[in-house]
Amino acid sequence: MLEVDAEQQLGAFRLDIHMRAPSRGVTALFGRSGAGKTSLVNMLAGLTRPTRGRIVIDDTVLFDSSGGTSIPPERRRLGYVFQEDRLFPHLSVRSNLLYGHRRAPARDRTTTVAEVVDLLGIGHLLDRRPARLSGGEKQRVAIGRALLAHPRLLLMDEPLASLDAARKEEILPFIERLRDRLRLPIVYVTHDLGEIIRLADTVVLMSEGSVAALGTVDDFLGRADLRNLTGRHEAGALLRASVESHDERFGLTHLAFDGGRLRTSRLDLPIGTNVRVNIRARDVSIALNAPADISILNVLPARITEVFAGDGTHTDLKLALGSTGHAAIWARLTARSVHDLRLEVGRNVFALIKAVAIDRQSLGGPQPDG
Amino acid sequence: MLQPTDLELEAIRLSLRVAFWSVACSLPVAVAVAWVLARTRFPGKILLDGLVHLPLVVPPVVVGFILLVLFGRRGPIGGWLYDTFGITIIFTWKGAALAAAVMAFPLMVRAIRLSLEAVDRRLEAAARTLGARRFDVFMTVTLPLMTPGILAGVVLAFARSLGEFGATITFVSNIPGETRTIPVAIYTLTQTPDGDVGALRLSIIAVILALIALVASELLARRVNARIAG
Repeated sequence: MLEVDAEQQLGAFRLDIHMRAPSRGVTALFGRSGAGKTSLVNMLAGLTRPTRGRIVIDDTVLFDSSGGTSIPPERRRLGYVFQEDRLFPHLSVRSNLLYGHRRAPARDRTTTVAEVVDLLGIGHLLDRRPARLSGGEKQRVAIGRALLAHPRLLLMDEPLASLDAARKEEILPFIERLRDRLRLPIVYVTHDLGEIIRLADTVVLMSEGSVAALGTVDDFLGRADLRNLTGRHEAGALLRASVESHDERFGLTHLAFDGGRLRTSRLDLPIGTNVRVNIRARDVSIALNAPADISILNVLPARITEVFAGDGTHTDLKLALGSTGHAAIWARLTARSVHDLRLEVGRNVFALIKAVAIDRQSLGGPQPDG
Repeated sequence: MLQPTDLELEAIRLSLRVAFWSVACSLPVAVAVAWVLARTRFPGKILLDGLVHLPLVVPPVVVGFILLVLFGRRGPIGGWLYDTFGITIIFTWKGAALAAAVMAFPLMVRAIRLSLEAVDRRLEAAARTLGARRFDVFMTVTLPLMTPGILAGVVLAFARSLGEFGATITFVSNIPGETRTIPVAIYTLTQTPDGDVGALRLSIIAVILALIALVASELLARRVNARIAG
């Protein structure tokens, strides 16, 4: 458990954090820039001190203003991957990696140099200087350096923010491996919803220096009242599914979820793989009757469980899907359509989702814990 | 004709020894003072800053005279050193090194402080999160990144020490083989009939020594920078 109750005054900006989050899996700190995400992470790492409060990780008190406890950063055993790589320019990649490793007592060591080098694919870079690395390589080495300090928890402050889309795709699988193979708890700062869908288990939504909401990633994506904080275009819901079969002839993949089946563009994943699919609200249409002669492959029976009128032109509908109704998605329609079709809570409809709207970008990585 | 005379060799050797010890002894102090000036805040810091820079603006003869008062046999520091350790500073080459160190100190501190201020403190924070204590961070991250500035400071101070004249002659006088460094020897020659040729020869030697120091520092700095740039 990660417990934070801390206040900090940074010039005119005030940070006032109260949160309880599980210290396992990936906890995403999400919010606009200036929401205080980095300030919170710096406070956790011990690089800045709260004015008052208490920070506890798994029964270890890191900071307590009432008890006068303030463990210095070098003894907190929290790895930190910064927004910029912050590699030591005067040391080789190897020496950078070993910097924390050499300083960690043998009993705290959780992994080996060989394992980390292999995990991040940086074996061929060991003798180079950081100046000779590409942006993606630098960030991988920075992750390796933090891992080899053998932290109890890893802090990652927008580790992909300085990289282009291709480099992001290059790093994301490595972060998924940390989560799945090393079972290292991660606090992950981001303002990118795509990264949350791929990585997060718990989401902490931050706004103006405090925690606006905290919950599982499913809750988070399903809550319409948070839309103004998460940004409207990304609105959607997570569907947990597994790969059921592949249709090689047409290049499709069939995903089974609780109460139904979804057809998507071919996904290069083995059968049985658990995935989470982000279905964006704007990719979902509604029909009152099952339409015939239509190109859309996914026509799913659904029931409207919530109607959330947005700013007047859009309305979001929450839909319980399929035979069991356990799975929920959102549909974003114009207020006009909602009016014309008389869509209201309790009504049975059909949700239409284009197969091509779902791709690798909208998938969370394989989930070992379901 | 091009062969240096024994007297010239003696002056060169003495100057190099004085400059070496001047730099060697003041370097750790200069790093510490630069750190205090760059990284700490306390009331009266501006006074310390002024004190360090004083030798740049005060006439060298005044510095020499102050040293004479402080480090003379009966001076507060000199007397204590002699009574406790039997060390005599005044009228010895050690005194010449002290005078040179004091005069070169502001130049050294300035160069080191600039390089310290250029060190990216975010790298130091990263080192802390990797398990290094403050002093460990200073030795393994800060100091290596300051190397170019320290080299520049050392060379500047070395060259300044080689050329020190005013404070030296006031404090430790002009004793052949003990305190007669190159500049003092040149001065002596200019006061001697027919000494012009000797003065010229020593002046050329002084220029060559200074040039060697500057070129060496430039080459070293390039190597350090190349190492950091990969």
